[in-house]
Amino acid sequence: MSPSAQGPGALADAPKRPASPFALFVAFSLLALQGFGGVLAVAQRELVDRRGWLSRAEFIELYSIAQMLPGPNVVNLSLMIGDRYFGWRGALAAITGMLLAPFLIVIALAASHERLAEFPAVAGALRGMGAVAAGLILAMAVKMLGTLRGNLLGPWLCALLGLGALVAIAVLRLPLAWIVIGLGVLGWGLARWRIAILDARAARPEDAS
Amino acid sequence: MNTLPAGELLELFLHFLTLSLLSIGGAMSTAPEMHRYFVTERGWLGDADFTTAVALAQAAPGPNVLFVPVLGFQAAGLPGAAAALVGILLPSTLLSLGVSRWGASRRDTALVRAFTAGLAPITVGLVFATGWLLALPFVGDPAHRNGALVLIALTALVTLRTKLAPIWMIAAGAVLGAAGLA
Repeated sequence: MSPSAQGPGALADAPKRPASPFALFVAFSLLALQGFGGVLAVAQRELVDRRGWLSRAEFIELYSIAQMLPGPNVVNLSLMIGDRYFGWRGALAAITGMLLAPFLIVIALAASHERLAEFPAVAGALRGMGAVAAGLILAMAVKMLGTLRGNLLGPWLCALLGLGALVAIAVLRLPLAWIVIGLGVLGWGLARWRIAILDARAARPEDAS
Repeated sequence: MNTLPAGELLELFLHFLTLSLLSIGGAMSTAPEMHRYFVTERGWLGDADFTTAVALAQAAPGPNVLFVPVLGFQAAGLPGAAAALVGILLPSTLLSLGVSRWGASRRDTALVRAFTAGLAPITVGLVFATGWLLALPFVGDPAHRNGALVLIALTALVTLRTKLAPIWMIAAGAVLGAAGLA
């Protein structure tokens, strides 16, 4: 593998990697087509659990950055993963895979939905798929909890920030941008402070008993 | 489905280009502004069209951002759909690519390490919140509450204990729902 074939900061911890931009396109198309009620949980399942292209920690790291930036989180996530494996060609392949087939489907639905909505079985099927989507996301959240074990903030600050985000969205219903920016800056500052403490301890090993 | 003259189509495209950079946390965060533009200011769509666009995007597979091209489609057909999708994605995508590369080349610096460590617990909290919000309509619906809660719990259990692909669980959910069991 020549270094020029890889994008910047290629992912190091993952056991496997996609064979080509086309493999990325196919993988992202397949996961997007499974993403009823949200693609995130399916992306985690396919890319981390099944294909092994990213570790759980890498997935969270990229997703954390993706949601701080403007634009749809899963589109940003696709582009970052694609870029890290194959540069801009990978980014384009991943985004196109994520969007092309679902775009065609949703436009076909928009052109025909008035006839479909009359069937009660269709409404029931959509409800059942929605419940599965909720279960997928909750399972993903449980899996993500484990990756916080090694976080340099420690368990108490992690719990504070995580519960803060949960309550702000689910109970207070604050706009996501406020939470991501407000709590994000707080978490960033706290982590920078912890790094300064850890570095100071490492510089004076005689103090660490 | 309607059509728009080229000048208005260009205005729609430019409007989405500016909204793109404001869509922190996803395109849904700009939905109120899109509603104001399409329904109130331009009169291209009615309230029901807007709600239908969001519902269709959630029912169809793929990212929820696809409600944006549905709005464009309802206002101006296929050219409107393409203009809306490219407009909402192009600026944010270019910015994300730049920031991602900038961060990746500095991922060992204290500021970038602090950023990823400080954001990780918030991300986990937000994913729990998303799961809760998706489950909420079922909790508040007495006719389907029990079946849906069992389905949610079973899905979570199967996801945590097996490597089954999500599509099979979604298909099972669709069949059970269509049969009136969830």
